[in-house]
Amino acid sequence: MKISAFHLMPHRELPQDFEKRYPSVWVTPPWWELADPARVGQYYNWTLDELLFAARAGFDGVCTNEHHQNAYGFMPSPNLMGSVLARATQDLPVAVVQMGATLPTSNPPIRVAEEYAMLDCISGGRLVAGLPLGSPMDVNLCYGITPMEHRERYREAFALTMKAWQAREIFAWNGRYYQLANVNLWPRPIQQPHPPVWVPGSGSISTFDFAVENEVCYCFLSYSGAKSAKGMMNGYWDVVTKKGREANPYRAGFLQLVAVADTDARAEELYARHVEYFYHKCLHVPAAWFAPAGNQDYRSLQATARNPMRRPENPKELRYRDFVEKGYVIAGSPATVRQRLEEEVVKGLRVGNLMVLLQIGSMPHELTLQNMDLFSREVLPSLRGFWEDEGWVNHWWPEKLRARSEIQQRPLTLPSPPMGERVREKVASSPHPSPPLGERAG
Amino acid sequence: MSTLNGTQARVLPVWQGRVRMRVLSKGSGPNLVFFHGPWGLHWTPFLDALAEHFTVHAPEHPGTSPGANDDIYNLDGLWDLILCYEELLEQLGLEGAALVGHSFGAMVACEVAAAYPRRAGRLALIDPIGLWRDDAPVTNWMMLNAQDLPGHVFRDPASAAARAMFAEPQDEEARVAAQVGLTWAMGSTGKFIWPIPDKGLKKRIHRVKAPTLLIWGAEDRLVPPVYAEDFMRQIAGARVETVKDAGHAPHLEQPAVVAELVRSFLRA
Repeated sequence: MKISAFHLMPHRELPQDFEKRYPSVWVTPPWWELADPARVGQYYNWTLDELLFAARAGFDGVCTNEHHQNAYGFMPSPNLMGSVLARATQDLPVAVVQMGATLPTSNPPIRVAEEYAMLDCISGGRLVAGLPLGSPMDVNLCYGITPMEHRERYREAFALTMKAWQAREIFAWNGRYYQLANVNLWPRPIQQPHPPVWVPGSGSISTFDFAVENEVCYCFLSYSGAKSAKGMMNGYWDVVTKKGREANPYRAGFLQLVAVADTDARAEELYARHVEYFYHKCLHVPAAWFAPAGNQDYRSLQATARNPMRRPENPKELRYRDFVEKGYVIAGSPATVRQRLEEEVVKGLRVGNLMVLLQIGSMPHELTLQNMDLFSREVLPSLRGFWEDEGWVNHWWPEKLRARSEIQQRPLTLPSPPMGERVREKVASSPHPSPPLGERAG
Repeated sequence: MSTLNGTQARVLPVWQGRVRMRVLSKGSGPNLVFFHGPWGLHWTPFLDALAEHFTVHAPEHPGTSPGANDDIYNLDGLWDLILCYEELLEQLGLEGAALVGHSFGAMVACEVAAAYPRRAGRLALIDPIGLWRDDAPVTNWMMLNAQDLPGHVFRDPASAAARAMFAEPQDEEARVAAQVGLTWAMGSTGKFIWPIPDKGLKKRIHRVKAPTLLIWGAEDRLVPPVYAEDFMRQIAGARVETVKDAGHAPHLEQPAVVAELVRSFLRA
């Protein structure tokens, strides 16, 4: 299977009473009270360093994503980050997984097709093209797209993107939302007929249909773990079967929060406050904003009204041990993490393209690198072979990187960003120094 | 034609048959068309009071009629919507009728009166949206949590009128229908005003020729009463009546008062 490091690029130093003082982490958090551009520059560079560390530590891919007006993750342009990553990983068999640039907020949306083609060219054909619908907060509240038009715009833009990558002839696009008289993309992607496409979803049945019909990898970017995703992913696999497709595990992607330490107890000491920061502050958003009127179609609206998403608990009332016990976060010793990831996520949900979030909320740079380092040495090698014996082809991964990753020389030196010296120093003094090459065979 | 809550209901196809508009009618006397607000059409005591003096026709906004929910996807923007209403008035044989609207519906009535001045004999606008002031922004009710909505629409969220509009029936099917109906009505109307309810009325409002009455709830928390000044300035001869002890829906909180204001204005 393929295992990628995901990053949100959060604000790591929100005030203690953030969720009491402010109505939302998204859309309305006041920049001038909460952030400092120089410090934010440090966050961006930490984020890049962390993803590059992951790339060198043996992860199969590095993932960035797009959000707006948001302290929980603010890469308004994931392609700026992806561009740095594509360039800096040129010597590595690592996919640049953009999860990704949001079509309905890009006008015209072929801007995404162009930038992805650029990334595919720069990376030498290592792009995974995530084409998310975008959250209502980003698309409707921040970017002003009418909720009722959100999905229609997305579907039109998706079709336009696929055609723009592949068409041999210049064509006119006379759409409902987009009109372009001369579509003639420069550049085109290296990967033919187009880069692998992943579509994130959150359980809507119409997205299952869309994903299967368009032969994309359906990804659930979950913050509440595999246990609560089980029913939903079963629904997805039912649609795969009903539509006569093979149950290839690489049709599914899943995001899991993971924190590894030497022992379960040590994990709690190291990570508890960062996990609680994430769930208490980073997900602090008024409920109505997740579904402004019109965003759900009539059929989905009826289904939701009949069976409200069962949220038996308010995450704000949960503490670290609850999050771990309920599987929101898989945390603990390498053995614990290996076992739970394999049972609950990989086997439980039938996932071939796993994404792990290893920088969680306020987690500082050094601790993030430790988490990534331990994961890459103690967890990743034993998971990587999963699904291998069943002979599935990962059509949703860059072809040149599809073969099982051999253990290769990936020197753990970090690049030199503005604060490079400081970062290198911290890595060198990490209690988990990078192991010699052979040990990673695990 | 069928009957519904004491009204005559009929469905009229417009827009090449791709938008089916249900119209509830009641009463006798001069024709009056009522354009409902963002929370759907409710046949209320206010409309009954008007029906004592007028033939009231109340169309349901496209998408909000039972069984025709997806028709809303056949309209791309405000221009399409105004044309639909013009086709509807044509089918109803109404020229020069009184147009009365509330909130979003008042904006639609005003747009129809601006686009087709002869369609509107008189115009009564109850807490209309459609204009924008940076110093008094209209609150986006679609961003409010459900429990905060009644307190923004009504002066008194505990009033019978508020409970009637935002009812949460015990019966499961009725509860689902009420919740879906309310959300879909907000989405179907919101389609024409997101994210700021200023879609160019200020460029067209000078075309309104009908005598115009503005009615405003003194404690409107969604559209501050200061907007009455902007409407009065831009519609020749318009005047305003402010209704005490009412929020954004004065015709529901003070139905007798508002019905009398409308009746005496239309009879003038």
